[in-house]
Amino acid sequence: MNAINNSILTLILLLPLLGAIAVALAPDREKLPNWIALATSLITFGLTLHLPAHFVVGQSGFQFEVSRQWIESPAIFYHVGVDGLSLWLVVLTGLLAPVGVVASWTAIRERRKVFYSLFLVQQTAMFGVFISLDLILYYGFWELSLVPMAILIAMYGRSNGPRAALRFFLFTFIPSAPLLVAILWLYAQTRSFDFVTMQAAIAHGNLGTWPLFWLALAFLFAFAVKVPIFPLHGWIADTFSEAPVALAMVVAGKLGLYSLLRFHIGLFPVQARDVAPVMVGLAVVGILYGACLALVQRDFWRLMAFAAVSHLSLITLGIYGLTLTGWEGAVYQILNHGVVDGVLFLLLGVLYDSYATSEIADYGGLARKLPRTATFFVIGSLGMIGLPMLGNFVGELLILLGTFTGVSKSWAIAAALGVILGAAYMLGLIQRLFFGPESALALSKPPEDLQRGQLAVIWPLIALMLAMGVVPGLWLPSIEEGVYLPQTAEQLKGSVVVPQPLLPQSAVPAATDEEGPQ
Amino acid sequence: MNSVPDILRILPEVLLTATGVAVMLTDATWPAGRARRPLGWVAAAGTMLALWASLGQLALPAGTGFSGTVETSVFTVFFHALICGLVLVVVLLSLDTLPEDSHHQGEYYALIVFGAVGMCLLTGAVELLLVFIALEISSISTYILTGYRKHTARGPEAAIKYFLLGSFATAFLLYGIALIFGATGTTQIYEIAHLAPTATNQALILAGLGLMLVGILFKVSAAPFHVWTPDVYEGAPTPVVALLATAPKVAAFALLMRVLYEMLPTLRPVWSPLLWVVAVLSMTVGNLAALRQQNVKRMLAYSSIAHAGYLLAAFAGLGSSGIAAACFYTAAYAAMNVGIFAVITVVSGYEEKRPLIANFRGLIYRSPLLGGLLIFFLASLVGIPFTGGFMGKLASFSAAAEGGAFWLVLIGLLNSGLAAAYYLRLALAAAQRPTGGKTAAPTPQVSIALGAALLFAVAATLALGIVPGGVLHAADASAQVLQAPSAGTSAPNNAVPPR
Repeated sequence: MNAINNSILTLILLLPLLGAIAVALAPDREKLPNWIALATSLITFGLTLHLPAHFVVGQSGFQFEVSRQWIESPAIFYHVGVDGLSLWLVVLTGLLAPVGVVASWTAIRERRKVFYSLFLVQQTAMFGVFISLDLILYYGFWELSLVPMAILIAMYGRSNGPRAALRFFLFTFIPSAPLLVAILWLYAQTRSFDFVTMQAAIAHGNLGTWPLFWLALAFLFAFAVKVPIFPLHGWIADTFSEAPVALAMVVAGKLGLYSLLRFHIGLFPVQARDVAPVMVGLAVVGILYGACLALVQRDFWRLMAFAAVSHLSLITLGIYGLTLTGWEGAVYQILNHGVVDGVLFLLLGVLYDSYATSEIADYGGLARKLPRTATFFVIGSLGMIGLPMLGNFVGELLILLGTFTGVSKSWAIAAALGVILGAAYMLGLIQRLFFGPESALALSKPPEDLQRGQLAVIWPLIALMLAMGVVPGLWLPSIEEGVYLPQTAEQLKGSVVVPQPLLPQSAVPAATDEEGPQ
Repeated sequence: MNSVPDILRILPEVLLTATGVAVMLTDATWPAGRARRPLGWVAAAGTMLALWASLGQLALPAGTGFSGTVETSVFTVFFHALICGLVLVVVLLSLDTLPEDSHHQGEYYALIVFGAVGMCLLTGAVELLLVFIALEISSISTYILTGYRKHTARGPEAAIKYFLLGSFATAFLLYGIALIFGATGTTQIYEIAHLAPTATNQALILAGLGLMLVGILFKVSAAPFHVWTPDVYEGAPTPVVALLATAPKVAAFALLMRVLYEMLPTLRPVWSPLLWVVAVLSMTVGNLAALRQQNVKRMLAYSSIAHAGYLLAAFAGLGSSGIAAACFYTAAYAAMNVGIFAVITVVSGYEEKRPLIANFRGLIYRSPLLGGLLIFFLASLVGIPFTGGFMGKLASFSAAAEGGAFWLVLIGLLNSGLAAAYYLRLALAAAQRPTGGKTAAPTPQVSIALGAALLFAVAATLALGIVPGGVLHAADASAQVLQAPSAGTSAPNNAVPPR
């Protein structure tokens, strides 16, 4: 068992890459690339499930850790590991891979080999981001994740792929230049790229106030663009409308939000506290701004893009509220958002695939012809709105609760308003797509409802949404442990509100048991 | 005193010369009308032999031969191997791209090999006059190769431009050598290093260094001595550009390191800020100009200017870490550039009917292999992790950061963000769906020789990005050679103590 625990993360990281090579080498016959990609992603997902099964709640520090020297000088380590923060994100990435393959099954008709190999490389990059604990390794995967995305947007873009790809790439690549400078500066001071070492050095060292201020800003900026946080969301609408469905599902949100929690707050708690009021303000503006723009979109991909801005801003609010409840809710909400987006994008992809338009006005009255699609879309939308009993409700509740008690009542109320607007645009979308008089478009084609393969993916996702809403206790204890950083809390003495655990079964590790991880 | 036979110190050069002569003689006696392709294979075999001989030199004790004029050490082997590898790729690349009926194929291969002799010698020379001779051997070969497509207007124009400007630059170098000789009374690099700090006329040394730098920076096409680059790249046949953009620059960088770190390390306070300026200028000028290019070769010419800037950033590093970073970057730079020019050679063809970025549209749809490779090399040039380009930049900039040059690092990385814009323009054009109109070029075929050349370049670029340990070690060891304080200062004939 030990051998498996030691190599599981490496396996998860390498398997998609091997799958990509297999796809590239295999002959381009009918659906062979699809099947290889599906098999690879399913096996990888299976492997990711090993992590929660053997994750020890209550044990501090990183688990399944591997640390080997990769390059001697500069000292770069292949250092990977997960804690409660990254654990479920790895599983989520694994889960969304087969969903992505199914979503592309019929949508991608040409150059399947290129598509699926790059898709799998993208998986490796995302796993890498979540498990890397060496900053150069992390940076490597962070940048690597841009490449397949940009190429695939350019290749399969719906109207002007290359422009959207360029925009997406430059928006995320240029801010990462200061990030690398900051990492190199830290290396010059601490002689290490290791996350834990750097964290300790920043906490105890005397690196100076101003340098740290600029470093933290460089980190924050790079991540904020990736999330995206208002007003850095310029890339998201184009990317959503051009990217293949399987990639649009994963492009926004989790990578940036995770990085904010791990590397901005984790490394620079004091600086993060200083900018937190600004970030809270931006987050609330983002929630309302995204929701308002979503209300007036005529194209459903763009609507989803602004809805994402709104939802991701809510998560940002949870993060920069600097409360334990908020952090817990934020991580939980990243998971919920991933699952719900998976369902909705899959369904919109099916619609786009059969009707070749994303103009909402062209649709209407589809519910009678496509009953399954309509039903699942309604369920997915309800999940997104935050209906009680579904996962989003728990996440949003925790975030708003954290904001309400730990930040300010008025911000929390403003944010809650955004949630209400969310109901307005999602229900409006349902109404315009599926109900009302049957449109010319709906009459033009024989109905093609969901196929067996798609159902096989949607059912589990719906079940998962329900489970996450009804028994959040399965997820929250490990998340709580991941976000509870004794060191950070200590540095922020007084500014982090640590309320009583919400759930009886959750175990918050005593703040005294460990000081300064090795 | 000298236990190693002198000939072993220049064995790779000797083998290359013999290959060149053999190719020329065979060409002369080969019946007219018979295919000249085998000559290319002879050149490739000779280059491989030279590569093997250079690696064999590692077994020799480090030291000098021919009365202290050539050195063999880890440093020289590092660059010899690099240059021979590059020449090999270029020869393989030329095998299928030179049209079968083109005249003077024998001379073409012979010139490439003779050029390699000059470049190899340049990295091993520790005597300024030999440096000059080696530089001339390599330059004259490349001047002729540039004008190889005689029937086009651009070819000879490029050759004449290159020749005139290049001659000026070499004259500057020679003048600099003369001034340094005037100040120290010697042209032996170790002796200069020994005598320069105590020389009475420091102004003369400074002037000499300045003139020499002009000559060398011209060869590496660093701004503001870069104006020749785009025109020459545009006019020369693409396989020759693959050579021009890599091997002579590699040799010139080796010379730059030798001159700065071994010959005049004490003048660091003078040359370091100078190179800081040149580095920033090269990156910025190169990238800004590249943004506006439509011709792929011109764009890559400006990109190579920018890359010279990134490399020069390593010179802001302290001592051996800076040299090691520069050595490593040179290798990474060479691997990815030779690769991308190889791809472009295949795609745009010998006559270059399709040189514009727009002509690359849909490449990945027409040929997933070539399209994928193009994007891969472009990713390496952008500096995407797990490629040689990233590791090179990381090494170079982290050396600069250690040296305290944070502004340089910031400017450099912002520049590489800017550079992504034009590399991406090409990459995304290749990824875009083809229009199917008249721009759609026939699908290029990849033959065995070409496949080997591409494979070599890809493997090198990937290896430098994923398992750079070996090359980093070699670069470190090379750096130690230049840093060795006692490197034969008093008695040039003595073997340098191995470290």
